[in-house]
Amino acid sequence: MTDTLHARTQEAPASIDAPDRTRKARKRSTYPMWFYAPAGVIYGALFVIPTFASFYFALTRWTIFDSEFIGLENFKTFFAEPYLFESLLNTLFYATFTSGAKVVLGLLLAVFLSSQIIARGYLRSVVFFPVLVSAVGVGVTFSVLMDPFDGLINKVLAVFGVEGPGWLTDPDLALFSVAFVDVWRGVGLATLIYIAGIVAIPQEYFEAAKVDGANAWHRFWHVTLPLMRPATTTVIILSLIGGLRSFDLIWTMTKGGPGFSSDVLASVVYKQYQAGFYGLSTAGNVVLFVLVAAIIIPLFWFLNRKEVDQ
Amino acid sequence: MSTAVQTSKLNRTYSRLGGLAGIIVTAVVFLVPFAFIFVTASKTRAEASLLEFSWPTEWAFVENLVEVVQSRDYILITAFINSTILTVGSVTIMVVVSAMVGYVLQRRKSRWNPLINFLVLAGLIVPPAVVPTIWVMQGLGIYKTLHGLILIEVAFGMAFCILMFRAFVSTIPRELDEAATMDGAGPVRLFFKVIFPLLRSVIVTVIVVQSVTVFNDFQNPLYFLPGDKGATVQVTLYNFQGQFSTSWNLLFMDILLITVPMLIMYIFFNRQIVAGMTSGAVKG
Repeated sequence: MTDTLHARTQEAPASIDAPDRTRKARKRSTYPMWFYAPAGVIYGALFVIPTFASFYFALTRWTIFDSEFIGLENFKTFFAEPYLFESLLNTLFYATFTSGAKVVLGLLLAVFLSSQIIARGYLRSVVFFPVLVSAVGVGVTFSVLMDPFDGLINKVLAVFGVEGPGWLTDPDLALFSVAFVDVWRGVGLATLIYIAGIVAIPQEYFEAAKVDGANAWHRFWHVTLPLMRPATTTVIILSLIGGLRSFDLIWTMTKGGPGFSSDVLASVVYKQYQAGFYGLSTAGNVVLFVLVAAIIIPLFWFLNRKEVDQ
Repeated sequence: MSTAVQTSKLNRTYSRLGGLAGIIVTAVVFLVPFAFIFVTASKTRAEASLLEFSWPTEWAFVENLVEVVQSRDYILITAFINSTILTVGSVTIMVVVSAMVGYVLQRRKSRWNPLINFLVLAGLIVPPAVVPTIWVMQGLGIYKTLHGLILIEVAFGMAFCILMFRAFVSTIPRELDEAATMDGAGPVRLFFKVIFPLLRSVIVTVIVVQSVTVFNDFQNPLYFLPGDKGATVQVTLYNFQGQFSTSWNLLFMDILLITVPMLIMYIFFNRQIVAGMTSGAVKG
């Protein structure tokens, strides 16, 4: 912000100052501003304009034919209807759970997969591969594996004498099950980010700690963990952004059901769009936007500031 | 001495036992689902309907493949063609326009830089507003068209690419630009003949990562290109889920077909994928 202001105040005298202008003109020819144009046109038309338009359309009753300004009516509906409001809570749960699990499991897996074990390269590949499989493919596969009667998971549990629950048919469990599959699919990426961090730690640190008599646990707790802060920042922010916006997996596995028990904001936006309530759908989008901004921006600032402090 | 021998022995035991435990656990957690996809795709309809994790008693792999490709008037062929055009088209445009932005953004300090950096970060974070985007696309006459969807993927994937290119351009010495300018190269020549070829390694990374993302994308085709004519492979699989609920063999054959390209990508571009997905992701 201050940068822009500063630049602007400098700009006025520059237009009078002749030598400065020629320098500017030469710069313009080497790195022309129009290089921004192709990207800017596409980005502006299909991302920036719709984003700003959404703030207006969220305040309207909007059908295919026309839109009518109704103030905050859509938001009132959104927060008054339990099934809509619950999607907000579900989104928060889903994002927190998946990103927390990815941090913990990713870190543990990374420590394990960067220690001296056999078949390390193979194990890393296997853990990472699900990241590349489409959410639809994973979703369809797991909705079959999680079938309450014929599914492989419950069949295996039955062998051990445990009666498996209806993973996706029990309203209390459905969202949790989808979140579990999300972790299964995404933990490989978190692991890889952590491995990259661990590999970058100078080996001397561990040796020095060893000389001081630190055991493996101490070395993890006092050397690895504190140095993993940048990697943790990356993992948390990436998986929170992904988790808050998550749609594909939920839509292929439960469609927000049973009932509305696993609806998240992104699936509500789609449902309202399908039902023709464009204004309400856009209001859902705005709520999602505010939620993402309210969580990510302070977090980004907080985590990066901590890094600078060190 | 003896303690050193002991620890090395201990290390070897850990190496073997740890590796073995890892192999067993990952086999159960990560390989079984893929093996399940494969065996179910190879079974006959009757056997697949039992949903058992077992070796097929009667192989029907080729029959299933033929049947799933022929189903619904060869829609899978259409879908693969659409997905290929979508992926190749959007990634090509994305790479060129983002490289131009990343290059100028890194080289030229102007008063617009803070705004552009802000827009790039916003592109990573802000969820796209769906219905207003459709409204704009309808206004431009590109809603429900493949080229419209290509532009959408470009717009949504651009931010990541720009960050990657900006970081890489900073490693190319400015003296090179000056030398080329001295030799009479204009800005377009300088960029496309001198800088762009030097970006090769990061271009490969961006292409691979974005191809995976676009090919696997489900939400955007669902919103912006509905209907059978423009179906992409992900949307087709989603529709099959409803239609093939009695023929699991065909459904899983479809999953196998859209997973194999990613497996091939991973085998050939392992390093680039890992580099692209672990670096640069949120480094503002």
